[in-house]
Amino acid sequence: MTRITAWRRHPLARYAVLILALALVGMVYAAFVQAGKPADAALAAGKVDDVAEGRSLFEKHCMSCHGTNAQGTTTAPTLIGVGAAAVDFQMSTGRMPAAAPGPQAPRKPPAPWVNETTTRQIAAYVQSLGGGPQVPGAEQVDPKLGDAGKGGELFRANCIQCHNWVGAGGALTQGKYAPNLNEATPTQIYEAMVTGPQAMPVFNDTTITPEEKRSMIAYITQVREQRDPGGFALGRIGPVTEGLVAFVVGIAALALAAIWITAKKRQKS
Amino acid sequence: MSELKATPKAIAGPSNFLDERLGGANFLKRNLRKIFPDHWSFLLGEIALYSFVILLLTGTFLTLWFKPSMMEVAYDGSYAPLKGVMMSEAYASSLEISFDVRGGLLMRQMHHWAALLFVAGMTVHMLRVFFTGAYRKPREINWIIGVLLLTLALAEGLTGYSLPDDLLSGAGLRITEGVAISLPLVGTYITFFLFGGEYPGEDVISRFYSLHILLIPGILLALVTAHMVLMWVQKHTQMPGKGRTNQNVVGAPFYPAFMAKAGAYFLFTLGVISGLATFTQINPIWLFGPYTPADISAGSQPDWYMGFLEGSLRLMPPWEINLFGTANAGTLPLSVIIPALVPMGIIMTGLALYPFLERWVTGDNREHHIADRPRNNPHRTSIGIAAMTFYGVLWLLGANDEIAANFHVSLNHTTYAGRVLVFVGPALAYLITYRICLGLQRSDQAIVSHGVESGVIKRLPHGEFIEVHTPPSEDIEAHMRGKEPVPMLPVDEDSSGIPPKGMRGPLGKLRGRMSRAYGGEKIPLDDGHGHEHEDEHAAIGSGGSDDRSITH
Repeated sequence: MTRITAWRRHPLARYAVLILALALVGMVYAAFVQAGKPADAALAAGKVDDVAEGRSLFEKHCMSCHGTNAQGTTTAPTLIGVGAAAVDFQMSTGRMPAAAPGPQAPRKPPAPWVNETTTRQIAAYVQSLGGGPQVPGAEQVDPKLGDAGKGGELFRANCIQCHNWVGAGGALTQGKYAPNLNEATPTQIYEAMVTGPQAMPVFNDTTITPEEKRSMIAYITQVREQRDPGGFALGRIGPVTEGLVAFVVGIAALALAAIWITAKKRQKS
Repeated sequence: MSELKATPKAIAGPSNFLDERLGGANFLKRNLRKIFPDHWSFLLGEIALYSFVILLLTGTFLTLWFKPSMMEVAYDGSYAPLKGVMMSEAYASSLEISFDVRGGLLMRQMHHWAALLFVAGMTVHMLRVFFTGAYRKPREINWIIGVLLLTLALAEGLTGYSLPDDLLSGAGLRITEGVAISLPLVGTYITFFLFGGEYPGEDVISRFYSLHILLIPGILLALVTAHMVLMWVQKHTQMPGKGRTNQNVVGAPFYPAFMAKAGAYFLFTLGVISGLATFTQINPIWLFGPYTPADISAGSQPDWYMGFLEGSLRLMPPWEINLFGTANAGTLPLSVIIPALVPMGIIMTGLALYPFLERWVTGDNREHHIADRPRNNPHRTSIGIAAMTFYGVLWLLGANDEIAANFHVSLNHTTYAGRVLVFVGPALAYLITYRICLGLQRSDQAIVSHGVESGVIKRLPHGEFIEVHTPPSEDIEAHMRGKEPVPMLPVDEDSSGIPPKGMRGPLGKLRGRMSRAYGGEKIPLDDGHGHEHEDEHAAIGSGGSDDRSITH
């Protein structure tokens, strides 16, 4: 009898084998699960708190409209698959949490509890639900790296039919509108393109590549920062305000001038 | 009037110089002393005249650099966000004028502001002429010339708006094409003729350029001259007032008084236009980008004078007729033809025909050199305000997207409201204006027969308080007494109930009914108060008469 055979016949051997097998199965299972579940990746990277915190913030502030598991209700859409970028866009622009139901949630100062951390946490939670577009990196939206000329052409071909030629915004049907782009940060512009918030369509990376998006951001920011060479820009909305000024300033001033130069001398009494 | 007989030296000198060479002294002497009546509203037409002069000068400056060509070039000027973008030469040269030609942007902006004020000045001048009835005999022809001028100004504006070939002007061009192609039978041919082939083609800019800088301004210049000469020869109308009759003109002579005023007013116009052009940006074509038929922007609007057409297009429900199928007989797009042609037709035809219609209704064939106060012809004034309301609703709705976006109302609601208001608004405006006119006539009546409130309250011995009224000043009373009843056809039936000749058929009966409604005196100035008028002057100041009582 060899020594190995002796161990195999040891009374504790069966327990040792059982423990070993369980450990092996456990490790394989963990490996599989880890590969399939981003949430667990976040957990492994030490961000476990973000998802959990995000979930609890979600329960406090979002669940009443978006549903207990973010599956959506009759008042608000599902958040499964919208991605972190959508959460970052909606919350950083103050649109979410919405103040009141209406055709469209307006941009407004964010709620007091909304900051970078809480936004990141809810974004992580929503991202954990079903993936979706991620928040772009700083380099991805850096206007300096874009080609404004090319971006302008793409902007005119894809955006201005709603947002106007300089992004001054415009009306859509039934009280909806395309907001002006003056306050949107490059990140928010990028996120809006990839997530298609509210009435806006999605411009995904196959329609407009990330480099093209960066060029469009370059055009938008260059044009909006430009000093108007011709004087007061009258809202940059074109002939409507120009016509108004022609009458309210031009014709009114000339009518006053006419009254002045045809006025009779006051008679001395 | 003795001082008018001696010729001032300043006139005698130059006239002598010219007379010895051209033999025109008599002409000059006579015309330099031409009398012009004074009223601020008589200067409104001059806004258009002086804007036209400024348009000619700034426009000439622009032609020195503008290239009316649709050849594609890559932009290589100093405006960075368009660097390397392919565009037409017309657009590139407009950008060059804006950024690389010294003073070019100022000239472009002056040209555009002057264009807006040109049409605006024409419009307010036309309204003044309409509401004072200054289009009446013998001035109907000059009125028609004015309507032609206005129509041509719109065409001039449309062609000029299209020239820079930016994205916004392209949107206007596209609508022009849509209107042309919507015409039954000839639409396709007209479009292909205009654009030299399929839209947008390569010819339209150079064609519009010829129209914009040569043909239309040439006709405008000729008609403006005719307009001025006719005004000069027929003399200007004057407001009713002291010493003013249908046979005289009371005012200041052309030289020196009126010439100084006109010169000053030119400088005012130049000041306002260059001030606007300096401080207020207009038509920033670099923001719009080059025109490509695939692109269209939110907030695409025409200049203000085309706004009513834009509005009617936006209001129109999407009606079209497809008889026998589109392939066989084509489509009749009522949603384009009606808004493009009907409102413009109503307004321009109505304007051109109004003097003749009014004469037909009132049977008034006399010459008129005294202007009406608008209140004294209440139906005319109401028709005018109703037409302005019709125009105004269409005009406002041309900007309904900006209204919806800036005032947070639904775009759809603005359209629905406009569809109702375009019919209801003019009717309401008519009724309200009519009542206001009669109210103002009553107020004149009260002033003529009771005098003006003096602010002095008197207590009578029996305890009643009265306010003392003083008679109106002479010129104000004369101004009010310039009122004439609106003439009427002889429509009364004779003793056997037969209407007069020409009033017996259905058209005649209609004419008679219209004449009865339109003409006549609604609120006679002295009606029912004659006894007061007699002792008015004696009674004023004493304050003892019960006639002056506010409780009367």
